Amino acid sequence: MANRYPIILLSISLLAAASAGLAADKWKPLKKDGIHDPSNPAINVLQEPADALSILQVDTAGNMVDWARTLDYGFIEPRGSIDGEYRPEVLETTVLMRNTMPMRYVRFPHKTHTQWMSCETCHDSIFIAEEHANPINMGKILQGEYCGICHGAVAFPLTECDRCHNTDSSTVGREVRDPERDEGS
Amino acid sequence: MKRRSGPSLLAVVAACLIPVMFAWAEYADVILNDNSEAEGVAPVIFPHWFHRIRFQCSVCHVELGIRMEAGKTGIRMQDLIDGRYCGACHDGGTAWSIDNCDLCHSGRPGLETGVKGGHKTTGPGIY
Repeated sequence: MANRYPIILLSISLLAAASAGLAADKWKPLKKDGIHDPSNPAINVLQEPADALSILQVDTAGNMVDWARTLDYGFIEPRGSIDGEYRPEVLETTVLMRNTMPMRYVRFPHKTHTQWMSCETCHDSIFIAEEHANPINMGKILQGEYCGICHGAVAFPLTECDRCHNTDSSTVGREVRDPERDEGS
Repeated sequence: MKRRSGPSLLAVVAACLIPVMFAWAEYADVILNDNSEAEGVAPVIFPHWFHRIRFQCSVCHVELGIRMEAGKTGIRMQDLIDGRYCGACHDGGTAWSIDNCDLCHSGRPGLETGVKGGHKTTGPGIY
């Protein structure tokens, strides 16, 4: 047993170093992000991710920013049009998707999405705005279709299962929240 | 038992270190290099994070008609000069003008077109 302690100690210290490294590398400087050319003089002009993102709401994935909360709490006010005059209508309804195999149901919040984009961003080029009209499945999403066009590319990644699979089937029907629609077949 | 516990612990540590070693571009950075290097300029790096702080998604993806697929937009420099796509804002008014070539064409040589980034996407999150 005694022989194991150095290894355990080494592991713990390495894990601590790893988490410290993760914290330090949360937002890589542009010069060290592996894609920007460090010899480009303009790199000193561009805003550093850490400068902008470290003051927003914290998340554990993607940009390490909870963009929905950041917007909700008023940390940012992104324009709805180039001139800032137009703002898309926010829709409060949710869509309940029940064909989720052994996973929990998916409750899609229109509100979170319409705070970021107008209806025509998704309808009808990506999702037909009609019940049972969209043959969505996880395989397609993982290949970058439907939700996967944004989630896994720019919105929170597909490793965050529970954020979408968020509704226990036993609770459905007993809620007095937003109107629901069952979509997907 | 003693011998087996060592390597498995080390494997766990190594697995924990992988995200550290491969933490690259910021999540959702887009590299555009279908034409850039062929035309003699550095690849373009588009930072989603910077733009989404300032504009909603539909401004670019509906109002300006930029397709949500890297490499499929067909955008050329002449479009920008004519005030389309990026050129709608990068005109010296809303944002800096497109004669600041290096600010966009800031990528290393040889980058491939696509959406990059993705640190901390290696497992289920806390929610």
